[in-house]
Amino acid sequence: MVKDIATARNDFPLLATTMNQAPITYLDNAATTQKPQPVIDRLIKYYQTENVNVQRGVYALAQATTTKYEQVRQQVADFLNAQPTEIVFTRGTTTSLNWVAQSFAPTVIQPDDEILITIMEHHSNLVPWQIVAQKLGARLRYVELDDAGHLDLKQLQASLTSRTKIVALTHVSNVLGTINPIKQITTWAHRVGAYVVVDGAQAVGHLPVDVQDLDCDFYAFSGHKVYGPTGIGVLYGKAALLAQMPPVEYGGEMINLVTRQTTDFKPAPAKFEAGTMPIAQVIGLGAALDYLTSLGWSQIMTQEQHLLQLAGSQLQAIPGVTLYGPALTTAHSAVLSFNLAGVHPHDLATVLDSQGVAIRAGHHCAQPLMTALQVSATARASFAFYNNDQDVERLITAVKMAKEFFQA
Amino acid sequence: MNISQLNDLYRQLIIDHAQHPHHHGELAQADQQINLNNPTCGDVIDLQVIFENEYIKEIAFSGDGCSISQASASMMCDLVKGQSTAQAKQEIAVFLEMLMNNPDEPSETLGDAAVLAAVVKFPARIKCATLAWKALEQAITQEEDHGGN
Repeated sequence: MVKDIATARNDFPLLATTMNQAPITYLDNAATTQKPQPVIDRLIKYYQTENVNVQRGVYALAQATTTKYEQVRQQVADFLNAQPTEIVFTRGTTTSLNWVAQSFAPTVIQPDDEILITIMEHHSNLVPWQIVAQKLGARLRYVELDDAGHLDLKQLQASLTSRTKIVALTHVSNVLGTINPIKQITTWAHRVGAYVVVDGAQAVGHLPVDVQDLDCDFYAFSGHKVYGPTGIGVLYGKAALLAQMPPVEYGGEMINLVTRQTTDFKPAPAKFEAGTMPIAQVIGLGAALDYLTSLGWSQIMTQEQHLLQLAGSQLQAIPGVTLYGPALTTAHSAVLSFNLAGVHPHDLATVLDSQGVAIRAGHHCAQPLMTALQVSATARASFAFYNNDQDVERLITAVKMAKEFFQA
Repeated sequence: MNISQLNDLYRQLIIDHAQHPHHHGELAQADQQINLNNPTCGDVIDLQVIFENEYIKEIAFSGDGCSISQASASMMCDLVKGQSTAQAKQEIAVFLEMLMNNPDEPSETLGDAAVLAAVVKFPARIKCATLAWKALEQAITQEEDHGGN
């Protein structure tokens, strides 16, 4: 039974609130998405009737909740077309990527090897590689943008050598909305023996992700960006690679046997989940994936593409507005970075805020990209399926108002 | 929020300073140079100061930021140029206090910068307004610790 996307907006209580005495126009979905009532209800139900620690209790409730927790692992695996043993629960994308950099990378990188990342990476898929490169004596190289605002794939191919051990890149740019051809890149990277680590924070929830089809080695995403709770993320890793990756944290429930001097760890994913995990958030993530499934990709992608085209074309029509990133095709997710000539993005965002329109202004945790674009900051409107034409209209009206206000 | 509150924040005086900042540029031989940024939004300020006998003889700033941060830097430079470092430190304290605690009584000693009291109603923008003042605070401390003619 597919849910109608036109009424789905009513499932999100926050979207019915006001900001600065205006109905909220929430266009900061790349930062975090709002939560539908079924996810909120699921969290309440968990705390009211299911709250126990998992993996340890012998009593019935502990068993029942452990089963539900592990069912979400299966659900995430199905969602990504992976095996449940390949799904590690983490705090979020940042933690997932840090763990791969800190724990997997040292098992494959020798001094003078290379790590290839891209100029459009979020700091969370950039700084961990800087640090690990420094630590291991490896070289960090960048793939730049081409003139059309896509990754320069020719340069990427030319940069892949037998020294390249890791290629880490984002599936979808949080600034430009660029959707990168991960499958193609993975094929090239694997030819030189490099492992591919994908930051999926801006992709999951907006387009279907099949890790077997992409053939990537690691894939990370966050619960709160897929309409689920904060504090929960996922690291997918191919089984053999998770096996060779040492645990990052040590503690309860990740061990088989501890003696005075030695410890034997459980196999993945348990060896990565030390201590009490964010159980409620895992359960809530399951509800969020259920919710997404009830809408279906076709509706979600059609609506987000519609919003992108509508907002993109109307912004472009305002004299003085510059859009950053690739042309507005289907290889562009519903994230729009722009500037209005003569108005700093913070000032623009303050005027929009006064009208109830929530956008992001700043460097979007992508300072090297800002430098490459030769801007200090941009304004960013990012859409979700629950946004509608009226949201776009309010955005455009507010940008025009800012233009008038500052006489730009 | 309505237009009048926006007008309160973006008074003509603030817009004028932002669009035509005073003391904007670089000094040939600064005694102290401070580079500060606001990591959440990317605003950057380079503040240069020439000190003479514990007075601020010359001051200039460059960098990039929103109208609030640019106007604030411009107003601050107007205010402190020619002041003793002790006076300037007092002005910094008054300004920061105005933005943290006491928006209803903008200090008269602050000159044009007193209009920035309106920023208090925009908590997300307070850091924009204080960036230059924190840079000056550091420049003076650095001069007192290591500099001196």
